[in-house]
Amino acid sequence: MIHIIAFYLFAAMVIASGACTILARNPVHSVLWLILAFFNAAALMVLVGAEFIAMLLVIVYVGAIAVLFLFVVMMLDIDFAELRAGFVRNFPLGILIAVILLAEIVLGLGAYRSGGIELGSPDGLAATPVGVSNIEAIGALLYGRYLFLFEAAGIILLVAMIGAIVLTHRQRGGVRGQNISRQIARRPEEATRNVKPESGKGVQL
Amino acid sequence: MIGIEHYVVVSSILFVLGVLGIFLNRKNVIVILMAIELILLAVNINFVAFSAFLGDLTGQIFAMFVLTVAAGEAAIGLAILVIYFRGRGTIAVEDVNRMKG
Repeated sequence: MIHIIAFYLFAAMVIASGACTILARNPVHSVLWLILAFFNAAALMVLVGAEFIAMLLVIVYVGAIAVLFLFVVMMLDIDFAELRAGFVRNFPLGILIAVILLAEIVLGLGAYRSGGIELGSPDGLAATPVGVSNIEAIGALLYGRYLFLFEAAGIILLVAMIGAIVLTHRQRGGVRGQNISRQIARRPEEATRNVKPESGKGVQL
Repeated sequence: MIGIEHYVVVSSILFVLGVLGIFLNRKNVIVILMAIELILLAVNINFVAFSAFLGDLTGQIFAMFVLTVAAGEAAIGLAILVIYFRGRGTIAVEDVNRMKG
């Protein structure tokens, strides 16, 4: 009973916050609604027993991506009211396409449920063994069968990181930076001078 | 009892909301990127639900890869957005025509 109540609560919340994400006037509010949607989706995943991927969703999406969005939205000085022009004009077409898409998906789901579509069954190679926690089973699979895919994912992240740095890095003029080769090439003979000043005259530098 | 159909319906509604968000906010690149994140979230819910109900962990592994791609896409997209705004002072989609595409 509590399972059903929790499912409907989280499902309603994730859909409501998804709708608010795309309808909010202020993009900062959009990002905050997006964070709420991610949290509720993570809760939905906890309900089916996929706790590792749920925690990953919270850490990666809320901790990294949503904060990145928030940072960019607040850093750029954009007139968002001007960008909202045409919202009402696009509304009927958008709703029409959304309804058609949803109807098609529901139709496919109905065909599956009535037995018209056979999806096949898992071969059992990746099933969770009895008495093993979710995260342990995922770790064994990730570092075993899917090791190369896992490393490919790491390379994708590396390329994305380097790409983002290369794109946004800029050389700024008028900054006195450190010139290492000049610093190393400096010798004591040319840097210091031995003078014998007369008393009361001072030194010309 | 909650079956897989419930999860598929929730994720398809979320997917359609993401597509609708792209259509409604055609000028604002930031909201379009957020709508793409919503679409990827719907895909992830689908993967995890099928994985859990079929008793096969492959879906959760692939949800992780989708997460990776989503993170890379958001980072690159926002970096392009920042340098575009630095050069042009706007992020309206219809002004993006420098490459005459």
